[in-house]
Amino acid sequence: MALLSGKRSKQEEEKLSAGLEKTRSSLFGKLNRLVRGKDTVDADVLDDLEGILVTSDVGVKTTVDIIRRVEERVANDKYVSTRELQSLIRDEISHLMLDHAPDRPADFDAPLVNQPHVIMVVGVNGVGKTTSIGKIAHRYKEAGKLVILGAADTFRAAATEQLQIWGERADVEVIKQGQGSDPAAVAFDTLAAANNRNADVVIIDTAGRLHTKGGLMDELSKIKRVMDRQVDGAPHEVLLVLDASTGQNAIRQAEEFTRSVDVTGLILTKLDGTAKGGIAIGISNEFMIPVKYIGVGEQIDDLQVFDRESFVKALFD
Amino acid sequence: MFDNLSEKLEGALKSITGKGRIDELNIAETIREIRRALLDADVNYQVAREVTERIKDETVGQKVLSSVSPGQQLIKIVYDELVDLLGTNQEPIQFSQKPPTVILVAGLQGSGKTTFCSKLALHLKSQGKSPMLAAADVYRPAAVDQLETLAASIDVPVFSIRKDGNVVKDAVNVAREAVTAARKATRDVLIVDTAGRMHVDEEMMHEVEAIRDSISPDEILFVVDSMTGQDAVNTAKEFNDRLNFDGVVLTKLDGDTRGGAALSIRSVVQKPIKFASTGEKLEALSAFYPDRMAQRILGMGDVVSFVEKAQEQFDEKQAEKLRKKISTEKFDLEDFYDQLQRIKKMGPMKDLVGMIPGIGRKLNDLEVDEDAFKHIEAIIQSMTTDERSRPEIINGSRRKRIAAGSGVEVRDVNQLLKQFKDMRKMMKTMTKMLGKGRGIDPSTFLSPN
Repeated sequence: MALLSGKRSKQEEEKLSAGLEKTRSSLFGKLNRLVRGKDTVDADVLDDLEGILVTSDVGVKTTVDIIRRVEERVANDKYVSTRELQSLIRDEISHLMLDHAPDRPADFDAPLVNQPHVIMVVGVNGVGKTTSIGKIAHRYKEAGKLVILGAADTFRAAATEQLQIWGERADVEVIKQGQGSDPAAVAFDTLAAANNRNADVVIIDTAGRLHTKGGLMDELSKIKRVMDRQVDGAPHEVLLVLDASTGQNAIRQAEEFTRSVDVTGLILTKLDGTAKGGIAIGISNEFMIPVKYIGVGEQIDDLQVFDRESFVKALFD
Repeated sequence: MFDNLSEKLEGALKSITGKGRIDELNIAETIREIRRALLDADVNYQVAREVTERIKDETVGQKVLSSVSPGQQLIKIVYDELVDLLGTNQEPIQFSQKPPTVILVAGLQGSGKTTFCSKLALHLKSQGKSPMLAAADVYRPAAVDQLETLAASIDVPVFSIRKDGNVVKDAVNVAREAVTAARKATRDVLIVDTAGRMHVDEEMMHEVEAIRDSISPDEILFVVDSMTGQDAVNTAKEFNDRLNFDGVVLTKLDGDTRGGAALSIRSVVQKPIKFASTGEKLEALSAFYPDRMAQRILGMGDVVSFVEKAQEQFDEKQAEKLRKKISTEKFDLEDFYDQLQRIKKMGPMKDLVGMIPGIGRKLNDLEVDEDAFKHIEAIIQSMTTDERSRPEIINGSRRKRIAAGSGVEVRDVNQLLKQFKDMRKMMKTMTKMLGKGRGIDPSTFLSPN
């Protein structure tokens, strides 16, 4: 499978492929079975397509959008074979997902505009923020960058210890204070340390919080605000971590986190289960936020740069 | 949302109203609306289909009641169906005749197992039990530290195995030794926290089976994030096939998820939902109420939780007064103002608004923060007693006066009045449902459990 760019190892490819196997077998495998033996797209096919998309957590709204567009094209072209339907749906889904912005490259060895390049990681509880940070730190470190982590999750019991262990695994420094200390102060100190040490990349971990908690969301905005006082324009990236098994609530999460801290990219985690992460399609579409990384396991190497074309292609191949 | 669904159904049912009877043809669009509402709430596609099929069967041939609108008639049918599916009985934990009662807790990564274990320990402790926790999550970095920190805060002992300061990676052994330790220490309940695992991870699923086999738990609880989407059925089914668990724990219900996963899991594995976890504080654990969940899935807001929170601020007498006012539609702006004062004591507004049917989302759109709250207070304070008890008399010139008096724009006054009207409408809808079989009876919300 000529999946992702040449930098990917065979192992990586297999991992993504295996992770997506579930998606493929359930989503487009079904679609293949669905259209096999049929000449034209009829109401039955569209009805089943609805079911398939919804089952992948694509969401009713996006599903209806996709189906409407498919219907329109079918109506315009009069005759659409089932094979054409496949590429049509592929096009539609592809269009719904954004590519990375050039000033925020996802590749770890790409030159960075800012020094230090500051990344803030946010999300609801239990989505895998700290684990993702460990993996990203590892990748930047491997690309020869000097990385510093900031343990601004000062709320959850042992969160700092957890980040510390990931820091050791990735062999990068972790700036921390005790549990219960002010997270904004930790973020501020981390950036000060990064300036002192001429660090290339800073990643700030934050406590998981439900997007409905006003006070905690305000706290997040504050953590974000103080960073600019140490490093101009920091944070340069705000990554929202989403659990691939999350349903429609992910849209609300994207909405609220974007409102509070202006999310610039998504990390889609736990794609090694059977969850299809279909929510990412809807969110990318609705909020114009690209998916940047995907998490496919618990090991330090189990993080991949998300590539739209490859993702959609991998779904079909 | 509830208003929304109700309106949609009314629209879809327009064709029926003159017809007298519901038939397959005239109900089709309505059934699709219901299905979409369920899907929006993350109810599994298959489950949503089955539910709507049943609803269709139940509805077809029914007379269209003239006393209530067909939309409300249908929502009532849907609501009843959901409550039935979610299970009607409260199912407690089974305690062993021979202590310690061993409770095994399992689930996916990040579902909230460690927090739940600590909450359960506190819950049992408050019932007079003497729980012990076992730290059998030997993989996730600092998981043992996390459990120890939480346990220390509630003064419950934790059993863990460390060697030279490092966690020994043998979960089966930790669990087994913990049972012995609990018995020795005469603790009567042992709660075993396990690592999060993917249901497709053969090795890890095998490990949790091995733990189960070595400790023969009296109770196995499956912890699931209430925000889970369509995949909830796959995970629940796999965990159930492997562990044959006794009950489900729904976590993170303090968010605004509609929680359709609860319905999906119930339908697929037929196991009771035993606990609902509703916050990061260790006290935030409650029993599961099917009626509330059904309301939530239908987007009716979690009135009950709201009222329960309110109870902490209201005494019995006040609660009774409020109940009467709601049921007799005499709830006015004076009451609203009075509630605001109490609500303010209940915690941050944003935690609460999501629970209020009808106005939750609207308040959110206005970005009501604690400060904006002051505006609402000021507006009501600038009204006369008469205006507060009969908001309908507030005409244009009164609005201008009130705006000037409270230092806001007229449109702010309009907005407040609109919100209040919506809220009243919502309450009216709910009271209408009263007395039609098993309805949503606000009085049951307020009676102490």
